[in-house]
Amino acid sequence: MDKHEFNNEKTQFGFWVYLMTDLLMFAALFATFAVLRKNTFGGPSGRDLFNLQFALTETLILLTSSFTCGLGIIFAQKKKVKQTVIFFGITFLLGISFLGMEIYEFSHLITDGNSPQRSAFLSSFFTLVGTHGLHITSGLLWMIILFIQIFRKGLTDSNLRKLTLLSIFWHFLDIVWIFIFTIVYLMGAVL
Amino acid sequence: MKKITIKSYVIGFTFSLILTLSAYFLVSMHINSDFGILSQQILIPLIIGIAILQLIVQLIFFLHLTHESKPRWNFVFFISTIGVILIVVVGSVWIMNHLNYNMNPQQVDQYVQSQDGF
Repeated sequence: MDKHEFNNEKTQFGFWVYLMTDLLMFAALFATFAVLRKNTFGGPSGRDLFNLQFALTETLILLTSSFTCGLGIIFAQKKKVKQTVIFFGITFLLGISFLGMEIYEFSHLITDGNSPQRSAFLSSFFTLVGTHGLHITSGLLWMIILFIQIFRKGLTDSNLRKLTLLSIFWHFLDIVWIFIFTIVYLMGAVL
Repeated sequence: MKKITIKSYVIGFTFSLILTLSAYFLVSMHINSDFGILSQQILIPLIIGIAILQLIVQLIFFLHLTHESKPRWNFVFFISTIGVILIVVVGSVWIMNHLNYNMNPQQVDQYVQSQDGF
């Protein structure tokens, strides 16, 4: 292992530590949601509000984007700029459509009077899902910045390292969403 | 880091797809049929199990946590984080459920009225 590779591993470990602390924050939000999910204060519960097919579509979009982002990294390691940009471009478009669906769902809920102020259940729902949405937004911004850097400098070692970190971040967000899909949407429909 | 292959992503994607769809169909079958094939007590642990399985699949095939060179600090840190998460989540749900369990609805109403004037 040369010095360069060693530094890359250290960078990845540092990023992993950040992701794990982020995971702790999500765990706290999940715990809050799990505790407050029945406190609807006479308002609608998850069963009344959520459309399972809509949530499934969101899940499949995010899962596919996680997959294309992984393919992008393989081409980036082979220094194939064109394919890298294509696959990360697909990831970006899927991420944007996921975010669009989430914003649509939120605005729909709020215009129907089911805003975060409606009940403790809705407050915790908006906080948990909204925090995930904010992460997706920052991931998309990060992707735009990396696109600009790749167009200007090509797939340099530093850009490859940043792309790798971005892909880890993106897979991480998909993993968090699996639990949002299961605990918020699927369990909300059953219980 | 060892070289990662397209194969690993294809396997991970296929497994994740199957797991997501099976969880979805189990739940939609449960809602849409009057005589549920699975009772709620089985269904909930089952879909949580499927989610955990998908977590493991993605950790291996997308994040390559098992491909790490030694010492495996990423893995060690992940496991300790899972420990903290279990304490926070299971602990919160456990304690708060018992608080609800020990208060009947009238007591809750009285408490809310006295505290917030609703």
